[in-house]
Amino acid sequence: MRYNERELLSLARQPAEKAAEILMRVPKKGSVLKKRLVKLVVNFLFYFRTDEAEPIGALLLEHCRITKEEENVFSISFIEEPERKYCFECDSEQQCQEWIEALKRASYEFMRRSLIFYRNEIQKMTGKDPLEQYGISEEARFQLGTHKQ
Amino acid sequence: MKLNERSLAFYATCDSPADNAGFLYKRGERHTAYHRRWFVLKGNMLFYFEERESREPVGVIVLEGCTVELCDSAEEFTFAIRFGGTKSRTYVLAAESQAAMESWVKSLSRASFDYLRLVVRELEKQLEEMRRGPAGGCGGCRQSPASWKPKPSGPERFPERLLALPTVLPKENGCAVWNNAPGVDRLPNTSGCGGHDGEGNLRPPPLPPRRRASSSEAGSAGAATAESPSTFCRLHEQYGREVAQLQQDWLERQHGPQL
Repeated sequence: MRYNERELLSLARQPAEKAAEILMRVPKKGSVLKKRLVKLVVNFLFYFRTDEAEPIGALLLEHCRITKEEENVFSISFIEEPERKYCFECDSEQQCQEWIEALKRASYEFMRRSLIFYRNEIQKMTGKDPLEQYGISEEARFQLGTHKQ
Repeated sequence: MKLNERSLAFYATCDSPADNAGFLYKRGERHTAYHRRWFVLKGNMLFYFEERESREPVGVIVLEGCTVELCDSAEEFTFAIRFGGTKSRTYVLAAESQAAMESWVKSLSRASFDYLRLVVRELEKQLEEMRRGPAGGCGGCRQSPASWKPKPSGPERFPERLLALPTVLPKENGCAVWNNAPGVDRLPNTSGCGGHDGEGNLRPPPLPPRRRASSSEAGSAGAATAESPSTFCRLHEQYGREVAQLQQDWLERQHGPQL
């Protein structure tokens, strides 16, 4: 699949919501835990060799499942292939929990659901649509019902 | 760089609702020939397929950080997706009608995760403030004045980057941009508690001149003037501070006369 790699690389250089050196294992046969710089930017998780400027890879965090595994460990898998897991071993249980929370919120779809929820709540409380002041209340992607296709 | 392509392909083709979909002509990179492709917009990812029934996308354009503009082109209904870097490619697309073009430009220009996040944060704050305030006034009242206390100025009361870019796109590279005129029906400003901007009309704020930002004390580090930002996000930030000030002014005005 073609993609605009230059822009993705540029995204990888932007300030991250979260970044840390974490041991990571990819779901490939025989792969082992390796220390990586892991960086969360919007709905992408980039991972770098610790001394390199360009990421080895990127994971788009849509339709994925974040699972707590054993102590200090969490995994990311994608719903179409739940057994293929990217594993991350943190330094502490706290770090592990923080990453799980951050990654769960990191998808566009999660953000969209939050927006629809807040919009609805505010509308219930005030009788006003809070998106009106931004001129986006008709925007298809923010509607409560099914999106237009 | 590796990308989880299988998951991407799944995301593109699964039955989660798309934010836009339709045929567009895509201009080739080297050659100026246009190819008709089936495009599907999901979140900040614009996928394109050879055919509507294709099982896998030919490619994807990650839209984060892009600007969308109309094109001055011999072809009708063209628009472009541009990125900030020096060597980045510009994607030139052509729709099959004026309406389709407008629909695509609108949805693409608001497709970034960053934009969505700004809106969510703002709504989150609004909700929090409403819940914190004493129980609202009369049922059906648009806004209880008590729940909209005037905020002390200072960066902690307003998020650093308030949404301020609803319909007017940044002129990142100085080209004409899509100006989404508010043709949308809006609720009339009946109770006087409407959440409208400081101009007192129903429109979203126009593209603010730089100089207005410098007097803002709400979260502005005074850096809103001068150098042209090189990123979409930084523009959000700048405009956001101005709207933060406008909003604060409005809220203070609301609180005063209503009591």
